[in-house]
Amino acid sequence: MAISPRSLHTVAAAALLGLGLSVSTPSQALPISECIAPADPGGGWDFTCRSVGKLLYDLDLVDNPVKVVNMPGGVGAVAFSNVAGKRADDSDLIVATSTVGITQIAQGRYPGGVDTMRWLGMLGTDVGVVLVDDDSPYQSLDGLLEAMVDDPSSVVMAGSSGVGGWDHIRALMLAEAAGLPDDQIGSVRWVQFDGGGPAVTQMMGGHVDAVSTDLGEIAGFIKSGDVRVLAVLADKPLAPPFEDLPTAVSQGYDVTGYNWRGFYTGGEVSDADYRSMVDTLKTLYDSPEWKQVAERNGLVPLWRGGDEFNAFVRDTADKVESISREIGVIQ
Amino acid sequence: MEILGFLLHGFAVALEPQNLLLALIGCAVGTLIGALPGLGPVNGVALLIPLAFNFGLSPTAALILLVSVYYGTMYGGRISSIVLNIPGDEPAMMTTLDGYPMALKGRGGEALGLSAVASFVGATVATIGLTLFAPLLVGFAIRFGPAEYFALFMLAFATIGGVTSGSFTKSLLAACLGLLLGTVGLDPASGVSRYTFGWYELYDGIDFIAALVGLFAISECLLFLEDRHQTTGASRELGSAIPGMRRAGACKATIARGSLIGFIAGVLPGAGASLGSFLSYTLEKRWLGRQGDFGNGDPRGVAAPEAGNNAAAGGALIPMLSLGIPGSGTTAILLALLLSMNITPGPLLFDQQPDMVWGLVAALFIGNVMLLVLNVPLVGLFARVLRAPSWLLMPVVILVAFVGVYSLNNSPFDLYVMLAFGVLGYGLRKLHMPAVPVVLGLLLGGEMEFNLRRALAISGGDWSILVGSGISVGIYAFAATLMVAGLVYAWWIRRTPEAG
Repeated sequence: MAISPRSLHTVAAAALLGLGLSVSTPSQALPISECIAPADPGGGWDFTCRSVGKLLYDLDLVDNPVKVVNMPGGVGAVAFSNVAGKRADDSDLIVATSTVGITQIAQGRYPGGVDTMRWLGMLGTDVGVVLVDDDSPYQSLDGLLEAMVDDPSSVVMAGSSGVGGWDHIRALMLAEAAGLPDDQIGSVRWVQFDGGGPAVTQMMGGHVDAVSTDLGEIAGFIKSGDVRVLAVLADKPLAPPFEDLPTAVSQGYDVTGYNWRGFYTGGEVSDADYRSMVDTLKTLYDSPEWKQVAERNGLVPLWRGGDEFNAFVRDTADKVESISREIGVIQ
Repeated sequence: MEILGFLLHGFAVALEPQNLLLALIGCAVGTLIGALPGLGPVNGVALLIPLAFNFGLSPTAALILLVSVYYGTMYGGRISSIVLNIPGDEPAMMTTLDGYPMALKGRGGEALGLSAVASFVGATVATIGLTLFAPLLVGFAIRFGPAEYFALFMLAFATIGGVTSGSFTKSLLAACLGLLLGTVGLDPASGVSRYTFGWYELYDGIDFIAALVGLFAISECLLFLEDRHQTTGASRELGSAIPGMRRAGACKATIARGSLIGFIAGVLPGAGASLGSFLSYTLEKRWLGRQGDFGNGDPRGVAAPEAGNNAAAGGALIPMLSLGIPGSGTTAILLALLLSMNITPGPLLFDQQPDMVWGLVAALFIGNVMLLVLNVPLVGLFARVLRAPSWLLMPVVILVAFVGVYSLNNSPFDLYVMLAFGVLGYGLRKLHMPAVPVVLGLLLGGEMEFNLRRALAISGGDWSILVGSGISVGIYAFAATLMVAGLVYAWWIRRTPEAG
C-alpha cells in the first residue's frame, strides 16, 4: 500500500496537534495569552497590562509572552462591549480595569452591569489624596471642609476625572462626612484636567483652590514641597516616604478612597478556568518581583481575588451609584 | 556658567558609543515612521518602547533612543506632505499647503532641503531654549489657566481665514464643519454623550489621525481613480536638496519667527505642535502680506510651519521634564516610560538626575545634526518614490493608510471613519473647499471647548473670567489687531491695481 506524501502530512499534522494538545492541557487551563488595556499607550490601564503581562512571562506563569492590545474608547466601554459581545468565553484573555471602570459601570455608562463580567482580582492600589498649594490659606483638612460647608461654591476643586468621576466622588465623600447637606453637594465647583499633574500645576498657577487625585500621579510635587497634602484617603498611614502624610480617618473623617488596579475576564468563562486564572494572578501577586514593580510605580500592593473581589466590586458599584444620585449625575 | 558645565557633562554621556548608535537608529527609524501617512510620533515612540525594555537599556539610553525617534518623526512628517500631499502626521499638515505646490512645479527637492534646514533650526532653537530657560518657562506656563488657553485657541481661529489661498468664506465654512465634527463624543463637563448614536467607539470623539488620513490620502486616491489620464514623471522631477538648503538663508527671518512661535506653543502644555505649526504659518502669511505667494508654492510657506512644529516638539519636553505634565500624546508616553523606570519628572528632576537630563539635552543637539545629515541622501531616495508611476504609488498609499489607521487602536471602526472622511474630502475638493480648516476645527475645537467649560466651571458660570487676566486680554487684542489688519489689507488690495 502506497502512502501518499499528502496523507503523511496529515498524519504528521495530527501527531503534532495531539502533541500540542497534550502539552497544553496539564492541570492548568489555557494560560493567559492576551491582555486588553482599554486605553491609549501610556496610561494607568496600559501600565497595568504591560507590567503584569511582562511579569507573567518572566515568572514562567505563562508559556509565551502576553500580547498587550490597546483598545481605547468610552473610558473602557469599547473594550467592555467587545469582550461581552465577542469574547465572553475566552479563558486566555484578561482586561485591565480599576475603580474608574467600576464608576463608569455604576453610572450606567458601559453596555452592561457588574454581572456581565467575571472579576478576577486586584493586585495593587493607588491612594486618593487631597492637596492645596503651599501658600494656600487652607492649613488643614478641617479648614478646607469648613469653608466648603459654609459656602459650597467658594472652593474650586480639580482632579483628573470629570463630574461624577472617582476623583470628584472621593472629594464629595469628604464634604459629606464634614456635614455638607445632600441638596448642596452639587454646588461644589469641580474642574476636570487631563491628569493629576496638570491639575496640580493649574493649582500652583492659582487657577483652582484644591486638587483631589491619586497620590502616584503627583508624588513628585509632594517630594519637592510645592504642595501641602491635607489628607490621604487610606485607612492607615502609608509606607515611607509618605508615612508623615495625615489620613482623613485620623482627622475624624471616615472616608477612604482607593483606586485599585485589577482585571476582569468574560462572563461565560467556566468556573475551572476562572479559578485557574485567579490562582495565576495570586501567584504573581505573591512574588517579590510584583511588590517591587508596584512600589516603583506608586502603588500599594493589595490583593483581593475571586469571590471576595466579586463582592467588593459589587459593593463599590453600589456606593458610587448612591452618591452619583445625590449629586445628580444619574437620575 | 553653571549650565555650560552641565551641558559639557551631558555631551560626555551622549557621546558614549552606545548612546550615539541609539540616537542614529532612533533618527533613521523616526524619519521613516514619520514619513508614512497615519504613523506619527505617538506610534513611533509606542512601537519602540518594548524594544527599549527588551534590550534592558538604562533610563538615559532608553530616553535618548525614544526622543531621537520623536524628533525623527517630526522631521519625517514633512516628506509625504511635500511629495504626496498627504501629511505624515498632524503637525505636518500645514506643510502640504505650499510644499505640494512646490513639488508640482518640480521644486520638491528644494522644498525638502529647505524644510530640513527649517526643521533643524526650529529644533535647535527649542533645544537651546530648553537648556537655558527651562525653569523660567515653567513659571510662565503655569500662569496659563483655562481662560488663557481659551484665548489662545480664539487667536488660532481668528487667523483661520489665512490658512488657504482660496475663498475666505469657504475656509470659514470648512472650519465650522470641523468644529461641528469636534463636538462628537462625551461632553467634557458632564460626561453626556453627544452625536454618538450608541457607538461606544465615538465616545472619545472622532480620531484625528483617521480623519486626517481619510481627508488627504483616501480622497487623493479617489481623485486619481477619476482622472485616469493623469501623467506623472516628467512634471514631478524632484531635483536636488542642495539649492533648498542654500535658500534657507533667504528665509532666515521666517524660520526665526516660526521657531519662536512654535517653541512658545510647545512650552504651553495645552497648545502643542499642531497649534505651533498652524500659528507659524498663518502669522507668517499675515506678516508678509502681499510679498508672499502663499498657497502656490512659496518656500516660506514650507519654512515657517516646519520650523514651528519642530520647535514645538522640543518645547513640549520642558513641561514634561520639569513639571511632569505631558503636552501631547508623545510626551505622555515618554512620561509613562520615565515613571516605569523609577524616575519621577517634576521640579526636582534637574537636580536629582543631572546625568539623565543633560545627557538627553546633549543627545537632542547631536540628533538634530544627524537628522540634517541623514536628510540629504534621503531626498534622493524619496525622489525615486516620486518617479514611481501612480498606478503603483496609489495602491501603496492605500495599503499604508489602512495598516497605519488600523494599528492606532486595532479597531475596524477607525477604518470606517477614515473611509467616510475620504469621501468627505473628495466632496470638499469637488466644491473647492479646503480640507485643512476641517481638521483644524476637529483638532483644536475639542480642546477649545474643554477650556471654555473649565473656565466657566471655575467662575461658576461668570463669563468675565475670560478677560480676567492680562495674558488673555493681550491675546484677544493681538487677535483683534490681526483681524482688523486683514480687513484693511483686503480693502487695500481692492484699491490698488494688481502689479502682476
